[in-house]
This record gives sequence, C-alpha cells and structure tokens, in this order.
Amino acid sequence: MALAAPPERVVSINLCTDQLALALAAPGQLVSVTRMLQRDEGAMAEAARALPGNSARAEEIYLLAPDLVLAGSFTAPDTLRMLQRLGLTIEVFTPAETLSDIRANILRMGTLLGREAEAQAEVAAFDARLAAIPAPAGPAPLAALYAANGYSAGDATLPGQMVKAAGFALLAEEMGLPYGGVVPLETLATASPDLLIAARPGAPKSRAEEILAHPVVAALRDQVPTDTLHDSDWTCGTPSVLDTVERLAAIRETMK
Amino acid sequence: MTPTRLYTALGALTVALFLASLTTGPASLPIPEALSALVTQSDGPATMVMREIRLPRALLAALIGASLGLSGAAMQGYLRNPLAEPGLIGVSATAALGAVIAIQTGLAAAYAFALPAAALSGAAIATLALLALAGPRGTALTLILAGVAFSALAAALTSLVLNLSPSPYAAAEIVFWMMGSVADRSMTHVALAAPFILAGMALILPLGRGLDALTLGEDAAASMGTRLHRMRLALVLGVAASVGAGTAVAGAIGFVGLVVPHLLRPLTGHRPSTLLIASALGGAALLLAADTATRLVFPERDLKLGVVTALIGAPFFFHLVWRLRGRL
Repeated sequence: MALAAPPERVVSINLCTDQLALALAAPGQLVSVTRMLQRDEGAMAEAARALPGNSARAEEIYLLAPDLVLAGSFTAPDTLRMLQRLGLTIEVFTPAETLSDIRANILRMGTLLGREAEAQAEVAAFDARLAAIPAPAGPAPLAALYAANGYSAGDATLPGQMVKAAGFALLAEEMGLPYGGVVPLETLATASPDLLIAARPGAPKSRAEEILAHPVVAALRDQVPTDTLHDSDWTCGTPSVLDTVERLAAIRETMK
Repeated sequence: MTPTRLYTALGALTVALFLASLTTGPASLPIPEALSALVTQSDGPATMVMREIRLPRALLAALIGASLGLSGAAMQGYLRNPLAEPGLIGVSATAALGAVIAIQTGLAAAYAFALPAAALSGAAIATLALLALAGPRGTALTLILAGVAFSALAAALTSLVLNLSPSPYAAAEIVFWMMGSVADRSMTHVALAAPFILAGMALILPLGRGLDALTLGEDAAASMGTRLHRMRLALVLGVAASVGAGTAVAGAIGFVGLVVPHLLRPLTGHRPSTLLIASALGGAALLLAADTATRLVFPERDLKLGVVTALIGAPFFFHLVWRLRGRL
C-alpha cells in the first residue's frame, strides 16, 4: 500500500520492524524505536540508541504523535486496538519465516516509508549474497538446532530455513516437527547429527540453558563440528541472517 | 501384614519400577541392550543415553520420591494431621523460591552448592513458620490455611524474581518450578542433591519411636522419654534438607507426601514408625511410576511430573477433606 506523501513521524514498536525501518528510513523520519533493540548489542542497537526509545505502550506511543506506527503481528492486540481507537495509522508486519519473507518485508517497508529505491537496492544486495552461496551437492548432512529447554526449531521457522539454505538437513524436520519442539536429550544422542548448532553456550544464567551444558551435549560437541546461533541471529528477518547462512555453508563445504 | 513383609514388597516394587524407568524413553533401546549398556563401557550412544540421561533421571525420581513420602509421613505423625504434606503446605514452593533466587543472582553458577543450600533455607523457613503457626496443638484448618498462604506467596515471589530476570525463558521456568520435572537432568544434579536428601532422611528415620509415643498425646510421650524439642528440630532440619535439595534440582512436586502415607497407613497397623520406612519406599515407587508415565502417555510432549502427581493426588486430597469436613 502506497501513501500519498511519505510519513514524517514513524514510530516502531516491534524489535524486527525497528531493524527494517532503521535500515531504510530517511534521516529524521524514524522518531522512536523499542528499548528492546537499544539494550541489544551491535551496529543496529548503536543507531537505535541515538533515538528516543519506547516500550510499546499505547500512552507513550500516542504522545509521540506519529503519522505511522510499525508493529509486529505479536504486538499485544489490546495495545493495537487502543492505538486504532486513538486514530493512529498502524502497519502490522508478520515475522519472516522464510528467506523470501525477508525480501517481501523489506520491499513493503520501502513502500510504506516512501523509500522504494533504497529497498530495491537492499533486496538486490540480499539476492546477490544469496546467489553467491555455493549450491549444496550430494546428500545433505544432518544439523541439529538445540536451544534452551532442549528446543529444536523446525523447517517452518526462520532458523530452520537458514540451516536448510546452507545445505543441511534439519533434525526437527526429520522428526516431523515443522514448527520445532522439545527434542529430548536421548533423541539428540541417538540421532547422531553431523553438525550441532547450539544456542549461546556461556555460563547458564537460567535453568533453561543448563541443558546446553549437559554431558550428552558436551560429548556431542567433542564429536562433531559445533556452531553457535545467538537468538539475535535469527529472531528478526533482516539481511544479516545471511551472515549465519554463509557461515553454515562454509562449514558444509568442509564436510564434503 | 508384618512390617518386614511390607518393606520387602515395597522394596521389590521400587526396584521393578526403577528398572522400568531405566528401560523407558524416546530412544528405542531393547531392554537387554539398555541394561548391558549401563554396566559395560562402549562408545555408542546407548551408553551415553543410559548413564547420562536415564540413570540420573531414575535416581532422582527414586530419591526425591522417597524423601517426599518420608517427609509427608513424618509431618503427619508429628502434627497428627493427615493433610500435612510438603507440597500442599508450601515447603516445596518456598524451597523453589530459594532455588530461583540462587540461580537468578548467579550465586548457583559461582558456587554449585549454593543452589541446594538456598532451597534448603527456603524450606527451613517455611517449615519453622508452619510449625510455629500450626504446631501439635493447632488444628488441621490452621495448618492448611497457613500452607495456602505460604504456597501462594512463594509462587508469587518466584514469578516476580523470574519476571525481573533478563532471561527470555522466564515463563517456561515458572512452569518448571511449580510443576517439577526430572527430565534431562544430569549426574551433576544427583551429586548436588543426593547428600542433602540422604542426610535429611537420616535425620527423620530415627524419629519413628518418638512418633509412636506421640500418638498417645504429648504429655504421655514426654513421660515416656520423648524429647519433643529435639524431635521437632530433627524434623525441621530433615524435611528442609531432603525436600529443599530435591526441589532445587527437580522443582516442586506435590501430593506424593499426601498420597503415599494415606495409602500405606492401613497396611502398617497405623504405627507411625512402620509408616516412615514404608512411605519412603512407597514414595520412591510412586514417583518412579509417575515419571515413567510422563514418558509413556504423551511421548512427544514434555509432560511435567508434578502434573501427573497432582492428577493422582488431588482426588485423595478431596477424599481426605470430605472425611475431615466435620472436624474442620
């Protein structure tokens, strides 16, 4: 949907629309992003800290007097209804679950912000990087995504798609869990994957992450190549997910 | 039934359920292969699965079940109140709060034993406060009301601590601490909890004679040489150590201490001393059975242990309340 004139005061209240908008917006066009992104690390968060932060609460959003609010489909529905009642224009983005969703979201953001040319350029760069990843040949090695609480993402999720794009077969998909699910340690041990992609190892600060230090996972780390996938690597569908795809594809190349 | 025959039967049941727990799991290992992988060394995944996943799981279920059964029987004997149970009266919930604080402050990561120690402190505070509020002279109603308040407060504070934490897994953690689970625990957890659980049980088991005497009333028990203050101290420390350490590694598991003594009391001739040992064995058997059931009923789903024990235990609780309603 194209607006007559580009919006001048855009407020993003979702971590992922924050990043899409930051990459495309004209100087001064984006007036606030979420505090969640500001607390993050990296270049995007650095840029986010230059702007006022918000916590996605209706009251503070309204007081920013935006002419466009960018939200995610998991933004609290009561907040969205309240903003609608207050007469604000809201655009809701569905989180990317595939690499082509990322392209679509970038193009849509470009249209909404009146920055079509910038969006086209970003998508072209994205396509070029994706095309440069060597096509997988031969049988795909098995990769196990393993996160807190033994959760393993499936092929209908962005991390699953990223692993598959790098030329791996996915453990959760083989187990018939398209959206992922809890994979017991026993199953992980007997599946003998060729690559273990674990969430942040570090000292477990929560009981949920203890499982990543379990002797079974530790033994698997000793036996097969291991990669680390931080939550921030896949939570949002931005071109930076290709960093991970390229890294995993390089591991795939060494397995030939 | 003589105590010896009862102990033998319950012991045999526990061993059988322990083996059943060891041979149940998502990795389809034939039973002979599974058991041989446990005792012989090999590089295959079978040894890994048996020694690092199923053995600690079965050991924790047995130890925690025994400590809960024993604590329930001892508290019921001391308070002469059939509703006394570590889960129901908030001891487990307070232990969970202690454990959550230890984990979220990073104390547990710095000193491994800070985890059981914090849970133990939580359990000790709750047990002491409950005995003070609803000691032997208090009514069943006082105990339950105090317990409900403790459980609710501890659960709320646990949720608060987890909500304030930066961990994105807070919601899942809250479920774990309130419902409990021994899935995917390791030998590290066994080593952390077992010393405290065994020490706690060793404090409670010798209380049998005193509890027998107490069935005649406090004055009679005192005249028979029972030192009530020492008994009370041993009970508080024993329950706090065993329930606290168990909760620290497996979350709050309810109803075991209620169901087991209730089922076994008629078989023990209503003698508290016999009931103590029988409840320890019966608790181990019940929790092993419940944990095996979590893997058989919904093998694809991560069913929580406390859900199964609550489904078994709640009807017993209602039955007891129904029987006691005239006196409450």
